Amino acid sequence: MKEISVFDVIGPNMIGPSSSHTAGALRIALMASKMCQGPIKKVEFILYGSFARTYQGHGTDRALLGGMMGFDTEDRRIRDSFRLAEEAGIEYKFTLNTTDQDVHPNTVEIIAEDVNGHVTDVVGESIGGGNARLRRIDGVYVDIAGELETVVVRQQDIPGVIAHITQVLYEHRINIAYLNAYRENKHEHAYSVIEADGDIPDALIEQLRKIPAVEQVNLIRL
Amino acid sequence: MNFSKGKELLTLCESEQIRISEAMIRREVQYFEGTREEILARMAHSWKIMKESVEEGQQEGNRSMGGLIGGEGHKVSARRDKGNSLVGPVISKAMAYAMGVLEVNASMGLIVAAPTAGSSGVIPGVFCALQEEFGFSDEQMIEALFTTGAIGYLITRNATVAGAEGGCQAEIGAAAAMAAGAAVELFGGSPAQVLSAASSVLGTMLGLVCDPIGGLVEAPCQKRNAVGASNALVCAEMTLAGVDNLIPFDEMVDVMYKVGRSLPYELRETALGGIAASPTACQLCSLSGECTRL
Repeated sequence: MKEISVFDVIGPNMIGPSSSHTAGALRIALMASKMCQGPIKKVEFILYGSFARTYQGHGTDRALLGGMMGFDTEDRRIRDSFRLAEEAGIEYKFTLNTTDQDVHPNTVEIIAEDVNGHVTDVVGESIGGGNARLRRIDGVYVDIAGELETVVVRQQDIPGVIAHITQVLYEHRINIAYLNAYRENKHEHAYSVIEADGDIPDALIEQLRKIPAVEQVNLIRL
Repeated sequence: MNFSKGKELLTLCESEQIRISEAMIRREVQYFEGTREEILARMAHSWKIMKESVEEGQQEGNRSMGGLIGGEGHKVSARRDKGNSLVGPVISKAMAYAMGVLEVNASMGLIVAAPTAGSSGVIPGVFCALQEEFGFSDEQMIEALFTTGAIGYLITRNATVAGAEGGCQAEIGAAAAMAAGAAVELFGGSPAQVLSAASSVLGTMLGLVCDPIGGLVEAPCQKRNAVGASNALVCAEMTLAGVDNLIPFDEMVDVMYKVGRSLPYELRETALGGIAASPTACQLCSLSGECTRL
């Protein structure tokens, strides 16, 4: 059983009103923003379940947009995120999906386009108490909580890539807490998700990007 | 150094001759990252946010996202400031501050979920009222927050603090139990008395359902925060006067959990029953554009 810290009880410190509908939603968007390749130009949020029904009264929309702009859960600017997004020239749209019932009740799909036209599509779930998980990246099922520093590597699904990745982590003396591999189809794209103890240095990320079969590397640090 | 039941916590306090706040600080140092100084500094940050949320909540112009609440905390304080308080300054402040913090929460302001966002008014309300009326230092209040943390941890570990699981008795009930225990410690009560006060609170809020209008953390949540804050003070007063609770804390936590689990689904944060299902509530949420029954 995971031990409960005093700050799990007296906390999180958060912009209200709801840990699941506001803080958790923001956390999904913050993780999504870290998965993008550059500054965001355009973003669409597709809301499911309870998110679709009560998003306005819970400020879920403002929290999601704030998360895409990199605000953390304590950031008082979240309340003004519509205005701030407009000032930053970010186009945004909220779409409601109240027909699909086969999803976690607090689910959002985020489709973000960066200034270079690169599109990132992630699905996340807010699972209570301000915690959240990413469940899909560009169509591939994953499970990312973002509690530890997390490196997300998109790679070709061929032998030896994970060995190469873990070798780089070893060279930087980074201890791996959890390592998971995900893929959709054999020999296409795969994701390696590495949750690590301690801070991941930028040099490590750069080194991972140089591995031939690696297509993309993102660092989720919340 | 760890403990998972109230009884173990009391044994630990007895053998080490320490207060509950100190036991919780030592547990945190042992099981989580950070030195004692870092952990105290982190709690000082939480206390600062709590105080700011109380201050912000006393302003007149707060308006909630769902439009159901705003300005109520200010009204209660305005009446007290004219010297008209019926319940006296401590309870009047505690309830008004608790209500104001809920307004801050509902208008997308910054709060500390303690233990949840829906119950975030209780502890800051009680703590700020006690500090203003009795002159406790910030250091004392920060230590006392670890006492609230110990009680909240035991309830989380052995039952729940989620309204969706245990109803409002689990959210406001837990927050008030935490605040009552801390108040008793601040006034020199023993560790056993701290848990006795917490047990009294849980016993007196037993069965309270979670039925938010439109599914929003606004009404009746705000008034229940006010009542939770005053309940905490009433139970602390009883305990400090030597009125013990017949049922030990650990048993009361189990009782609260069982009652919570036996509440029907409609009365556990779904907004399908209780006040949320009253004709007027339905009318209100159709006006504000929020309806969980779509």
